[in-house]
Amino acid sequence: MASIEGTILDFKRLDRLARGGTSLHRIDARAKVLVALLFILSVVSFDRYALTALFPFLLYPAVVLALGNLPADYFVKKVALFLPFAVAVGMLNPLFDREVMVRLGPFDISGGWVSCASIVVRAILTISAALLLVGVTGFPEICRALERLGVPQIFAVQLLFLYRYIFVLTEEGARSSRARELRSFGGKGLGIKSFGSLVGHLLLRTWMRAERIHMAMLARGFTGQFHALQPSRFGGRELLYLLGWSALFIVLRLRNVPDLLGSLVTGALR
Amino acid sequence: MHMADALLSPAVGGTLWAASSGAIAYCSAKVRKELDDRKVPLMGVLGAFLFAAQMINFSIPGTGSSGHLGGGLLLTILLGPRAAFLTIASVLVVQALFFADGGLLALGCNIFNLGFFPAFVAYPCIYRKIAGECPGQARITVAAVAAAVAGLQLGAFAVVLETVSSGITSLPFSTFVLLMQPIHLAIGIVEGVVTAAVVTFVCNARPDILQGAMGARPVAGPPLRNVLLAFLAAAVLTGGVLSWFASGDPDGLEWAIAKTTGKEEVAGPEHGIHGMLTALQEKIAFLPDYSFRKPAEAKSAGPEAEGGAKPAEETRKEEGSKLGTSLSGIVGGLITLALVFLAGFLLKRRSQAA
Repeated sequence: MASIEGTILDFKRLDRLARGGTSLHRIDARAKVLVALLFILSVVSFDRYALTALFPFLLYPAVVLALGNLPADYFVKKVALFLPFAVAVGMLNPLFDREVMVRLGPFDISGGWVSCASIVVRAILTISAALLLVGVTGFPEICRALERLGVPQIFAVQLLFLYRYIFVLTEEGARSSRARELRSFGGKGLGIKSFGSLVGHLLLRTWMRAERIHMAMLARGFTGQFHALQPSRFGGRELLYLLGWSALFIVLRLRNVPDLLGSLVTGALR
Repeated sequence: MHMADALLSPAVGGTLWAASSGAIAYCSAKVRKELDDRKVPLMGVLGAFLFAAQMINFSIPGTGSSGHLGGGLLLTILLGPRAAFLTIASVLVVQALFFADGGLLALGCNIFNLGFFPAFVAYPCIYRKIAGECPGQARITVAAVAAAVAGLQLGAFAVVLETVSSGITSLPFSTFVLLMQPIHLAIGIVEGVVTAAVVTFVCNARPDILQGAMGARPVAGPPLRNVLLAFLAAAVLTGGVLSWFASGDPDGLEWAIAKTTGKEEVAGPEHGIHGMLTALQEKIAFLPDYSFRKPAEAKSAGPEAEGGAKPAEETRKEEGSKLGTSLSGIVGGLITLALVFLAGFLLKRRSQAA
């Protein structure tokens, strides 16, 4: 099981990736958020047996990974971490859906297996899209983009606040938790009672911290919004990025490219 | 019990997105009107606190396993429903982006399942009713357990409904319900006990915090009804529009394309690209006529289809064409994968060199 510190380190690493200076990083966050949403929407709009038609969509994560100069092994590992869940859910399909759909020589493949594979591919695509969006944009930028796209200001401010204090509070929680673990012998003292007061204390400290923060912010003239250092704008590049990807997604959604390629080499074009 | 993108259909995901954003907009407007600007940093920091608290485990007596706090109910008790809903939603956004818990499309479902039920159903209808104004420890425990169980049962049931109506998994409704509800009964009891432990602690140490949270808003009545109405309106509207798009034979996107181009699909005429490809493939087909079942063969392979009724024959035909395309689909899929990796690899080399 991953320790709390390990989780925080992982979190920080993803956060740091967003500080890269590639041309992809410099594109306005709104374009990137919209493209990611469009991507996910196109992927999930396929019917449950779509499998090979989903493959070309891997192009998007691959291109973002490459252009954003992000570490591929890191993202592959992160996505792989979540795959067992998708596989577990998908594995139920072959149990319930036994109708044969594909025949490959002596093998009969039931619809259940196809849809199970489809779920796994969907999971890979959607998870990597979300992680890569953060890796290439950064959370504060995403929040600002959301605000400029119409999310209520108070919610955007809430997201930014949350983000700022996650690191502080998770580290504090990790320290308390480790202290408790070191004081417990043979699993004693890790029960709900000590958890209640541990978390209660953490909560009280948090509460007082919030009051101090509020005073400090008022003293510095906080009026309810955060200001960005370098306001980016939605220009030609952003439009090109958005339109280019959307066009590709629409084409890939309507035309089964692998099928086309496959019939090309197997010589079976209708 | 985070929902995942991979199991969602756009219609269901979109409907719950609309519902959740409607609820967020409503809560934002209300919290802003409350004019208690102390609450803004408090919500943010408590969201971060929830993150930290979720990472700390406790052992569950008698089972040898360990659990962690969910926290929706705890936040609602501390902040009141509307501020808590916003805080839970923000935590889920961060989880979706950084930890890929759920996903971006499933975010609407998750916010609804994990935020709406504890904040707007379990808390006002159960916790407040049982706990009353100045509760003792026993009452807090009973109220918290009842509210947590109710909230999680509703949430789990919503997960089942959303997943089944998306139709990506073949899990039948009844099996899924029997799988989800008992598990979440256990989780709910644990969640209630833990929430009660923390609330009791805070109650003893700083009773003013809880009183502040209770006094901050008028007793439940209008808020739930308003939120429900806003939610219903948003859901019916988008659900109606989306399912109208999504229903019928062509799915939503194809329907939209058909509408705009006036054809079922963007035509692949014999001469255009299609013809070119046919000419091209004669040159490069390295697996010419690699045998796979053509629709006709598939049909004759199944004798029972001959005598079948017309619709049966039609489905058979469809299946046949599916069978027919499957091999080329697999081959093409592999080629596509190779191409994608190649593209990524080349781009990476280039961007590293630059």
